Amino acid sequence: MQMDELTKGIWKENPIFVISLGCCPTLAVSSSLTNGLGMGIAVTFTLICSNLFISLIRNITPGKIRIPVYIVVIATFVTMVDKFIAAFSPALSASLGIFIPLIVVNCIILGRAEAFACKNGPLASVLDAIGMGIGFTLALLCLAFFRELLGEGTLFGFPIPVFHADPALIMIMAPGGFVVFGLLIALKRFLEAKGATK
Amino acid sequence: MTASLIGIFVVAVFIENYVLNQILGLCPFIGVSNKIDSALGMGLAVTFVMVMAGVVCWSVQTFLLVPLQLEYLQTISFILVIAALVQFVEMVIRKTAPALYQALGVFLPLITTNCAVLGVALLNVKKNYGLLESAVNSFGGGTGFLFALIIMAGIRERLDISDLPDAMKGSPVAFVTAGLLATAFMGFSGLV
Repeated sequence: MQMDELTKGIWKENPIFVISLGCCPTLAVSSSLTNGLGMGIAVTFTLICSNLFISLIRNITPGKIRIPVYIVVIATFVTMVDKFIAAFSPALSASLGIFIPLIVVNCIILGRAEAFACKNGPLASVLDAIGMGIGFTLALLCLAFFRELLGEGTLFGFPIPVFHADPALIMIMAPGGFVVFGLLIALKRFLEAKGATK
Repeated sequence: MTASLIGIFVVAVFIENYVLNQILGLCPFIGVSNKIDSALGMGLAVTFVMVMAGVVCWSVQTFLLVPLQLEYLQTISFILVIAALVQFVEMVIRKTAPALYQALGVFLPLITTNCAVLGVALLNVKKNYGLLESAVNSFGGGTGFLFALIIMAGIRERLDISDLPDAMKGSPVAFVTAGLLATAFMGFSGLV
């Protein structure tokens, strides 16, 4: 039962591929695996902290002002993450740029707070957050894998033979992100339709 | 002065288009681009809020956060400003222009979580723009958003009646279309 809260975010209710929530940072930072992983960890951390905190205060939060309360809680954790990354990894901070503060308006986090954390206990909420965080990170890495491989011919910065010879630069720019993302959603739907008919 | 302001506007609309080049504000871009009418409403509402948010956030940053050395509260104060502003705009429009409220009403609450609005406010500060430059950049950003949304809605109205494989229907084909549109917008990059 508890495991179900953890695993649903990874495939069945994957935040990116199934409900297309939080796609802005997904497309913008998935140009390389390093950026994708950094962003994935930052979002997962924020998600776990905010889900836990919101779940703890769920009984004392007045219903009418719950959304502003959630936003303040989320913004606090995002500021912490932002300052932490800026202090410990200035290079990552520079390449993620304004997309770190923009985690505040990432619909996944507010979505999980509203749909799950305000109705469930702390343990279930943390498991839900971990699952959703992993699902988000995996989706980001999946996208970044194709874009970095095709756009720069490298993986995590290491050159890959054949691909490195003549990379298609457009794949790491905005258009490549849109096209790869569209095709990946279609692929997931295709696989599920195939699985259902068997 | 005027020339540089026009430059900022052109760059914000075409070259650094917030949707197609900077990849901000995708949720409404994919969500509300089914029909031209709703795309127009959403685009106008976003432009309006974006200009207001650009100006107010710039003032908060310049007159409040910097003198008090509270820059680390930037994210949290900007999002609160935007949320309050959206509520306020909604109330004012409802009282003063009921017809406009009818047209924009449903889109207004959605704008709080539109990352393009917060993105514009943060970028204005990051690029060290003055008040007038911030306002022009925000207006350009909003216009670019409106522009991209309407083009996309026009294409999607046609896509609805075309014969697609099941797996591509809906958002996948919308993203691929956006990719082609973004490629076309890259052609503007030599403009300024």
